[in-house]
Amino acid sequence: MIPPTGDTQPQNNSMKNGPDTRPAVRVANVSHHYGKTDALLNINLDLDQGRIVGFIGPDGVGKSTLLGLISGARQVQKGDVITLGGDMRNARQRAKTSPRIAYMPQGLGKNLYMDLTVRENLEFFGRLFGQKKSERAQRIENLVQSTGLTPFTNRPAGNLSGGMKQKLGLCCALIHDPDILILDEPTTGVDPLSRQQFWDLIDSIRKARRGMTVLVATAYMDEASRFDHLIAMNDGKILARGTAQELLKQTKTDSLEAAFIALLPEDQRKDHKELVIPPRPESGDKPAIEAKDLTKKFGDFTAVDHVSFRIERGEIFGFLGSNGCGKTTTMKMLTGLLPASEGKAWLFGEPSNGTDLKMRERVGYMSQAFSLYSELTVRQNLDLHARLFHLPPDQLSSRIDDLSTRFGLTHYMDDLAEKLPLGVRQRLSLAVAIIHSPEILILDEPTSGVDPIARDDFWQLLIDLSRNQGVTIFISTHFMNEAARCDRISLMHAGQVLDSDTPAALVKKRGTETLEQAFIAYLKEATGDTDKTGRSANAKDATPGIGEISTNEDAENETFIAAANWAETAVPGFSPRRMWAYSLREAMGLIRDPIRLVFALLGTLILMPVFGLGITFDVENLTYAALDRDQTPESRTYLEGLAGSRYFTEKPPLHSYAEMENRIKSGELALIVEIPPNFGRKLQQNRSPEIAATIDATMPFRAETIHGYVQGIHQKYVGDNIMRETGNVATALPAGIQARYRYNQDFKSIYAIVPSVIALLLVFIPAVLMAVGVVREKELGSITNLYVTPVSRFEFLLGKQLPYIALGMINFSLMTFMAVVVFGVPVKGSFLALVLGAFLFVVSTTGLGLLISSFTKTQIAALFGTAIATMIPSVMFSGMMQPISSLEAGPRVLSMIIPTSHFMTISVGVFTKALGLMALYPQFIILALFFPALTGLSMLLLPRQER
Amino acid sequence: MKLRHRLENIYRLGIKELFSLRQDVVLLALIVWAFSFAIYTAATGLSHDLHNASIAVVDQDRSQLSTRLRDALEKPYFKTPVLINYSDIDPVMDSGQYTFVLVIPTDFEADVIAGRKPDIQLNIDATAMMQAGIGEGYINSIFSQEVRTWMGGKTQAAGETAQSPIDLVLRYAFNPNAESSWFTSVMEIINNVTMLSIILAGAALIREREHGTIEHLLVMPLAPFEIMMAKVWSNGLIILVAAGLSLGLVVELMLKVPIAGSEALFLAGTVLYLFFATALGIFLATLAQSMPQFGLLFMLVVLPMRLLSGGYTPTESQPQLMQWIMTFVPSTHYVKFAQSILYRGAGLDIVWPEFAMVAGIGGLFFAFAAFRFRKSIAVMRT
Repeated sequence: MIPPTGDTQPQNNSMKNGPDTRPAVRVANVSHHYGKTDALLNINLDLDQGRIVGFIGPDGVGKSTLLGLISGARQVQKGDVITLGGDMRNARQRAKTSPRIAYMPQGLGKNLYMDLTVRENLEFFGRLFGQKKSERAQRIENLVQSTGLTPFTNRPAGNLSGGMKQKLGLCCALIHDPDILILDEPTTGVDPLSRQQFWDLIDSIRKARRGMTVLVATAYMDEASRFDHLIAMNDGKILARGTAQELLKQTKTDSLEAAFIALLPEDQRKDHKELVIPPRPESGDKPAIEAKDLTKKFGDFTAVDHVSFRIERGEIFGFLGSNGCGKTTTMKMLTGLLPASEGKAWLFGEPSNGTDLKMRERVGYMSQAFSLYSELTVRQNLDLHARLFHLPPDQLSSRIDDLSTRFGLTHYMDDLAEKLPLGVRQRLSLAVAIIHSPEILILDEPTSGVDPIARDDFWQLLIDLSRNQGVTIFISTHFMNEAARCDRISLMHAGQVLDSDTPAALVKKRGTETLEQAFIAYLKEATGDTDKTGRSANAKDATPGIGEISTNEDAENETFIAAANWAETAVPGFSPRRMWAYSLREAMGLIRDPIRLVFALLGTLILMPVFGLGITFDVENLTYAALDRDQTPESRTYLEGLAGSRYFTEKPPLHSYAEMENRIKSGELALIVEIPPNFGRKLQQNRSPEIAATIDATMPFRAETIHGYVQGIHQKYVGDNIMRETGNVATALPAGIQARYRYNQDFKSIYAIVPSVIALLLVFIPAVLMAVGVVREKELGSITNLYVTPVSRFEFLLGKQLPYIALGMINFSLMTFMAVVVFGVPVKGSFLALVLGAFLFVVSTTGLGLLISSFTKTQIAALFGTAIATMIPSVMFSGMMQPISSLEAGPRVLSMIIPTSHFMTISVGVFTKALGLMALYPQFIILALFFPALTGLSMLLLPRQER
Repeated sequence: MKLRHRLENIYRLGIKELFSLRQDVVLLALIVWAFSFAIYTAATGLSHDLHNASIAVVDQDRSQLSTRLRDALEKPYFKTPVLINYSDIDPVMDSGQYTFVLVIPTDFEADVIAGRKPDIQLNIDATAMMQAGIGEGYINSIFSQEVRTWMGGKTQAAGETAQSPIDLVLRYAFNPNAESSWFTSVMEIINNVTMLSIILAGAALIREREHGTIEHLLVMPLAPFEIMMAKVWSNGLIILVAAGLSLGLVVELMLKVPIAGSEALFLAGTVLYLFFATALGIFLATLAQSMPQFGLLFMLVVLPMRLLSGGYTPTESQPQLMQWIMTFVPSTHYVKFAQSILYRGAGLDIVWPEFAMVAGIGGLFFAFAAFRFRKSIAVMRT
């Protein structure tokens, strides 16, 4: 089990001196495709141990796919991937290697649980790697100490800043001392100081664990120069590889960004021109945008804190800052999307508010994410927006033509927006934002993820708008080189503007070489951090975004070495601790999500009475009216029979056929009894008079029941009548039927329906919540933890299931309580049998939810899929409506293979038929079989890797 | 001018909704399924009539008459009766194997002939709510018939007639054979109108929010009311067309269910109701943060509406309090006027109070949802 490298100190040293020549990663002839799109094309790669390797290139070139394959998270389609000597195509070798790999997927904290605190997240990962409590505590202590997360251990991960999330992600990745650390764009959107700290942290970890290989994908060309070795990728292929110096030399360029462009194939870069920004003519106009002490608070969190700035007409003004520093919020306040908590903003000298529709015609806004209708074509998008701005119809098509030519959209006019390449989408967004020729353009991170060439194209358009058309442009970015292109910028951090000036002036003020260094200097000043401050000063600093990093390397090396000396603890076979990790996580997640919790508990409280009373076969309070055309004592006596019945309610009598028709048509009357003239006389003369009863048969079940009631009342009248005449107790029949309503003497719906509803809701609610619980992990991305950690599918499934079984049993107790106390339906039989049955049933129904979630992809599909798959068969084929004994062959088989029918038999049996364990043992045996069957199927269907 | 612009905005945005929906294969499939297969299976699948009831007989008489009675229990109402022993009654009824168990006593035939009026015992599993009551009625009338004809054959010589002193002529209005498919098919359309209009309108709003396009609309010269109205008319129109087609093609043509009243009047009422139902969808979407949350809320709201509005079971059997609450839910009135128009052929002169209730309560709720909608998008944050 002990890996040959990177585990002990002597080996580490020997690695440093006499290198082990075996590669850490070998990728041979690997291709990968998604549908028709090729993500990787015939990649061959050997990566040495102990180095830090950077994968550079814009979004969508295959970096993430490649790292996913190397980490084992993604299934290999074609070719060989061997990580640390383990073949990633072989499940057994993968399982053996996975404890030595750490993988941080793309996206801030993608594999973390945002509803758990920092400590809970770390505990979760510690458990997944089978660590005991004491070991976990020590490791977590070391990790949070060295990353400066100590003051924040009780904060939910969702409330951390981007930089801190990444540090937490790193801690979680390092908790098991991996030999290879795979980081997919770990610093995207993080402020430069946090970024610098992050890389310093990686450096010190690497010093401590010298054998550790680090693979990093990044979109920031500037940070790539830190890495030992670079691999430039484009279009699923490797463009070039070598050290940063080698690449610069090879391309004869002075920046990696320029080098990357030079490496691109000829046809992709032929139209590329060096971006030239002409100087802005001075204008003494009033400012186009002005903000004064603009503040936005969300609860007790201040997102934007007294921000002030002035932007002149035609100026390109930039906001530079990390994700979550308040850029977007400020922009939203300017556009009127958000009301400001304090302060004011003016557009063209007029106060900005959300209600002025006229003002909106002068402003164009492009929000952070692509926010056009991806299901419409390019032309439809342009057309829709042009019309919503009420462009004159005669100018409409010429405006669209003009824009599409200028923005290079003519080839894409009839393509759906979702099918466009990223760069084209951004151009479309910009075209839409300026379709009404606004005077101000507000752009929120318009170029994230776009490749350098497309970014330069985009800027060309912006420069044209600003310099030639006098449009004021307010743009936010987290790219330094982009900020450097602005006329003036504001440096933002934690809701505050640190300084505003021209990029050159800012660099000068801080006396640094680059804008990035200047920004870092500002950040350090803002957070009271100077190069050599120790930990204590920072521990008190609760400003989000800045943790701190000790510069005392020796001390730090010790902590990491100490961590390195633990033996590998991944337990093969079933591990209760790994299972428990998931149970705890699921339970905490459920408790902290109000809507799911409300549904879980209030769901039964609301639906139980609704179902219990709504599904009723009682037919009562029936309205009737009589058309008595005889009006004799005999006719009145006959009608008294109806009036005396507990099923019927009398309505005012009828007087004519027209009235009769109207009143039955309106639904007012369920029954009409018509007594003909001369009824009394004919009766006395024994001439068998006829009475006509008309039943509203709109609802056939009700009609048939009324039919029975009326006949009964009629027979009784006839019997009484004859008895009066003859003095005999006479019936019309020579034999009688004595009906015994067993189990439910009053024949009341609730005694049968309430126990059935318990079964119905116990299949519905736990199954739906269970299904959503697993698919959530798929949607949020934390399912990666199943792919890359030693947890097995069985541990994962069972661990997730346990809290829902507990929840199901709570629901069962609530409903049983309601049945007995609110509905007055007593448990006549063995309570023990009922509880045991409920337990087996809840295990099966949650298993059913798991099964559905193992193959659905989105929460909404899992939700409706489970609802339909549980409700319809349960209502139709489990004996609630038709007794199972009446079902025909097909439905009969179906009723056997769904758990509901068996538990319904138990529930109705115990509640109403007063049965015990012995009478119901076949149902118990069948129910017990569902768990292994469903879990086995779920394990088969749940992918062990991403496809 | 201003009003024309607003109407044009509502129209344009609505057209956009229709285009968006065209791309959403799952929702489209759901609409088609809900108004075709779902209606058909609801109508033909579960019958509320007595069907295939399981019956066992303990025949202690084994006479000509008892055999005759057994044979009279015929398909499709009953399965062929099975003979069992007296001691088996409890276990077979406990396990639900038989819903009815008849006990024909010793000397039954002889006692009938002798005029001693013997009784047959009929054990009914009273937890089988749908069959027990109706089944008893059937068995009663089948046996009366059989015993009477059998006695008629025996006593013809004596010239006695067993004529009833009063005849009761029972007639079913609007559905002469009390066929349950007539009821379930149309009620399923009603239910699916409610279900889909909530899903469509709610999903349309959540989709815009998840894609960030709603912000896009909000920075344009558009009022929130226009955005909401556009969703209401476009999604409402789709449901209206689907419901109309379903009524004409599936219910009338395929299932051969006659429609008594004016379909146009029903559809006009549906338009009124759709304002409420789509507004409810939008309201729920403003409460939910995400699609899954919307799904859970949807179920908590739709299931009660479905079950308690009178489309499944008679409203008058509900407890008073619940009936009172349900009078404030427009779906109750929708179900009521739909039944009046489609089954009983009622005209506007009869259903106008229900129309007024739907319009009134629906209008109030619509205004409330519009208010919520405006507020919720004002405080939206990504």
